[in-house]
Amino acid sequence: MKKTLFDKVWDSHVVDTVENGPQILYIDKHLIHEVTSPQAFAELEQRNIPVFRPDQIVATADHNVPTLNQHLPVKDALSRNQLEQLTTNCEKHGITLYGLGHKYQGIVHVMAPELGITQPGMTMVCGDSHTSTHGAFGTIAFGIGTSQVAQVFASQCLLLSKPKKMRVSVNGKLKKGVLPKDVILYIIAKLGTNSGTGHFVEYAGDVFENMSMEGRMTVCNMSIEMGARGGMIAPDETTFEYVRGREFAPEGEEFEKKTAYWKTLKTDEGAVFDKEYSFDAEDIGPMVTYGTNPGMGIKIDEHIPVTDDISFEKSLEYMGFEKGESLLGKPINYVFIGSCTNSRIEDFRVAAEYIRGKQKAANVNALIVPGSQQVAKQIEAEGLREIFEEAGFVLRQPGCSACLAMNDDKIPAGEYCVSTSNRNFEGRQGQGARTILASPLIAAATAVKGAVAAPYEEETAVFA
Amino acid sequence: MEKFTTHTSRAIPLPIENIDTDQIIPARFLKATNKSGFGENLFRDWRYNKDGSENTSFTLNDPKYRGTILIAGDNFGCGSSREHAAWALADYGLKVIVSSYFADIFKGNALNNGLLPVQVTPEYLKKLINTVQENPETEILVNLEEQYIAVKGSGDKATFDIGPYKKLCLLNGYDDIDFLISKKDKIEAFEQQ
Repeated sequence: MKKTLFDKVWDSHVVDTVENGPQILYIDKHLIHEVTSPQAFAELEQRNIPVFRPDQIVATADHNVPTLNQHLPVKDALSRNQLEQLTTNCEKHGITLYGLGHKYQGIVHVMAPELGITQPGMTMVCGDSHTSTHGAFGTIAFGIGTSQVAQVFASQCLLLSKPKKMRVSVNGKLKKGVLPKDVILYIIAKLGTNSGTGHFVEYAGDVFENMSMEGRMTVCNMSIEMGARGGMIAPDETTFEYVRGREFAPEGEEFEKKTAYWKTLKTDEGAVFDKEYSFDAEDIGPMVTYGTNPGMGIKIDEHIPVTDDISFEKSLEYMGFEKGESLLGKPINYVFIGSCTNSRIEDFRVAAEYIRGKQKAANVNALIVPGSQQVAKQIEAEGLREIFEEAGFVLRQPGCSACLAMNDDKIPAGEYCVSTSNRNFEGRQGQGARTILASPLIAAATAVKGAVAAPYEEETAVFA
Repeated sequence: MEKFTTHTSRAIPLPIENIDTDQIIPARFLKATNKSGFGENLFRDWRYNKDGSENTSFTLNDPKYRGTILIAGDNFGCGSSREHAAWALADYGLKVIVSSYFADIFKGNALNNGLLPVQVTPEYLKKLINTVQENPETEILVNLEEQYIAVKGSGDKATFDIGPYKKLCLLNGYDDIDFLISKKDKIEAFEQQ
């Protein structure tokens, strides 16, 4: 039978099938963090169940960490307690932890790929919906709830029904200023926030083939924003070169052996998907969102659609926007470049390249939060810190930060934030905060202009 | 986990689409390390005004509506995987959520906490919301064994889908951990391959 990439990885991890029921899927790597793991550890302890495979678990502290003064004790008592519990639990169960102060600490979906923990053909889970990020390597990776975190602790397996398959192909040449973030925001705007529910997505076509690993991670990261459990891209030379030489990557002969297997992880010609969509790269422009879910996106030179619907109107009311208006030129006081979607070195290179020699507008607070300690080090080594600081941007320490505003990095009520993160839900970046999702390039251009701005304005002549 | 067989209650309508788990329980309340008490902050930013007073126009604060069944708009529970959303709904006392569509992770989380997601057609959802809005005293009956939802005292009835394994778990109050541990031999054999 012709198989898809997803079938190949899934089928090779099925331990058993329950009659008339789900399958038992073996999990190769389990990533954990401070927010969604404590109740799972507690569950195991109450039931006196040991952690089955502690060596296949890696922990880090990211969601709830401060991005300032990480060497000092965490001020907020509840956050401190949550972080301490992670440390205690990891020590007790023999789990590797890259906690605050560790050179590998960072957002879980930035840390694991850059250390070579994420490899093609694996199954990976984490109590975080953006686990879909790791699909960029041709890995089945998806977010789970805390009850499932406990199940994986107890058995290294999950009970799941095999999802359906969906393929999104994008072919052609992307226009100048169109980044991977624009590609995924465009796809979600076209297909809607629940188009992928019940499905695993494969992204195919030359646009993804020509993308860097960082770009592929940005795309797969947001698969969940169209409801899909995960997204995948077939591994290729770009993938192998990225993995090669990383801390936990296989070495020498073992690497060659693995690569030979990884090369087989491609959808067979003629394999059937439950849903198929294809788009033309030329039609994609720099994107911004105007509403309160990631599907409410438009090209930056388009106008907010005119739709009569209670949920749509409620959303615009929250955002303070009118039907039919353009976002270009809207004054913006906050810009955030960070999150598991866009906090890898390439994202900061793009932003720094644009910012070099410019100044942020006086009204703007511009926050740069690297995805990991390793990315922070690279920002320093490549001289990007000077560029950001000379332009008036604030560079912080790694963490999830203003993407979900669990720590002090919150956007004030009523304020707009052009953000490279993944969710524009009501209150996501702070109570009453209004989020406009965009690429690092639009975020940089907006910070410089002090208003929503296209990266290369000469090319959006209509609004010049 | 508590067993679920049938459930009868009045219902609370919340006809907003794409309700994400950040609305169900905002991130700032995720610092707790146990599962209880989240009901207090369920729909926090819709339920309360900025000064902490109750938002009287929000459905949970509307004295007309009472009950343990929530009827919500399409694509309920999208976004973050936080199980805290299911804990908050259950802790508030809800037993059933009815919608025309549920996000995958939320659906799994709800089932793992004895909270039944009942998926109906968009047309039936609309009808159900209208019925409850017109007569808030309406009682809704949910029968898991026979997989139907009905407006009590009327012939109005719709069936819903649920996987046979999950149904069995809910009817008996089983959870997945015990089942997985019972398969340890097979799991170890798989690891040796």
